Amino acid sequence: MGLLSKKDAKLITDPLADNNPITIQVLGICSALAITAELEASIVMSVSVLFVLGVGNVVISLMRNIIPSKIRIIVQLIVVATLVIIVDLVLKAFAYELSKTLSVFVGLIITNCIIMGRFEAFALGNSPWRSFLDGIGNAAGYGVILIIVGFFRELLGSGTLLGIPVLGDPIEKTGLYSIGYENNGFMLLSPMALIVVGIIIWVQRSRNKALIED
Amino acid sequence: MSNRTDSNVYTIIFAIAMVIVVGSLLAFAASSLEPNISENKRLEKQQNILYAMGVNDNDEGSAIFISTDKAPEAFKTNIKEQLVLTVDASGTIIKSQTRDEYYNETKEEPYLIDIKKQKTNAKKGEPRKLPLFIGEKDGKTFYIAPIYGKGLWDAIWGYVSVDANMVVQGAYFDHKGETPGLGANIKQRYFMDDFYGEHLLDEAGYFKGITVSKSNADPKNEDKTDNEVDAIAGATITGDGVTAMIKSDLKLYVPYFKNLKNN
Repeated sequence: MGLLSKKDAKLITDPLADNNPITIQVLGICSALAITAELEASIVMSVSVLFVLGVGNVVISLMRNIIPSKIRIIVQLIVVATLVIIVDLVLKAFAYELSKTLSVFVGLIITNCIIMGRFEAFALGNSPWRSFLDGIGNAAGYGVILIIVGFFRELLGSGTLLGIPVLGDPIEKTGLYSIGYENNGFMLLSPMALIVVGIIIWVQRSRNKALIED
Repeated sequence: MSNRTDSNVYTIIFAIAMVIVVGSLLAFAASSLEPNISENKRLEKQQNILYAMGVNDNDEGSAIFISTDKAPEAFKTNIKEQLVLTVDASGTIIKSQTRDEYYNETKEEPYLIDIKKQKTNAKKGEPRKLPLFIGEKDGKTFYIAPIYGKGLWDAIWGYVSVDANMVVQGAYFDHKGETPGLGANIKQRYFMDDFYGEHLLDEAGYFKGITVSKSNADPKNEDKTDNEVDAIAGATITGDGVTAMIKSDLKLYVPYFKNLKNN
């Protein structure tokens, strides 16, 4: 690895697998169930969190020596809220259509516990570059799970992917529907997101016994 | 952490400085971007109104507005009049103004009337202003009315265009924060298109509205006179919100259409 040292590379790869923020640390569950009924929304959310966590981690890391420890949580909250609101305003002014798609996510990004968690656990004690990598890694780990859940929920719940019907037309009874297949409306409801996440956790832990806690 | 950052004085100074920096940053961003944002909102309203009367760039499956650079021109050619009706608390129309009369009085375009504010006024018993846009396309006349209500999480709104018999000719719905994949689908073509051809009046000519129904057993929406469209699975409250805003807001226009028929 020329660009990243082994230690730095681990910051990115760890959260993707054995230290995944959703399946191992069980953070960010709330947004994972709120917006994964559609694949597109999952992707948009993943990219937004990638941006906010990458930039936010750097900002907090730069400020880490001047933040008073008594009010550090409030400072972190203000940093993330400011970032998100400025991005939202800029989008509203110059990319209005995109901002309308994203507006739903703004509140969800601010309250995402992964973001506060990484600020608190990593950026406060590490250099900006390492914090940036940690932010990107954790956001990617979060995004991967979101996209997997979104994929299955949209496919099994609506029979579409990114809004495009892939299993035929449920009303005209073409494709799979002609042999009696039905969309499972349950998949669109939030509890099913938890069950899909649960299945991912199960698969992950049965492949790597070291992750199982007693 | 060093001792310096632990002292109370430092903490308070830091907090004050942070508030000032962040506050001015946000205030600066908001006010410098404000002209762009309100221009975008203005164009969007024109696009919404035009969408409801069928002036749009729809392709096979998705709802696409007429482009922003074409919207002002299309708005001028297609919208022939913007009426402002004023109704009192009992629902009687006490005043009807044309766009020019209204503009001379208030210096405001009728399509920019804030429906939410009008609804709040009406709740206090004050008269309410109802904008009604009269559009013409291919020799057909469209009457387009704005509606506003609440969904599951936040506001929902839209524009419904009807003909002189209050049969829906097009609808556009939008929302501030409904759940993606569920309530947010009210702005999808498959939901909005279902309203086309639906009757707002019942067979006897009384206002009935259109119910977003979970049990109408008509998923292809072939029965246009049942005053019902098929609901979106998993979006009960948003659907009920759509039903409610259609009932409450479009009902106010009924006297106008009665007059239209009698003359």
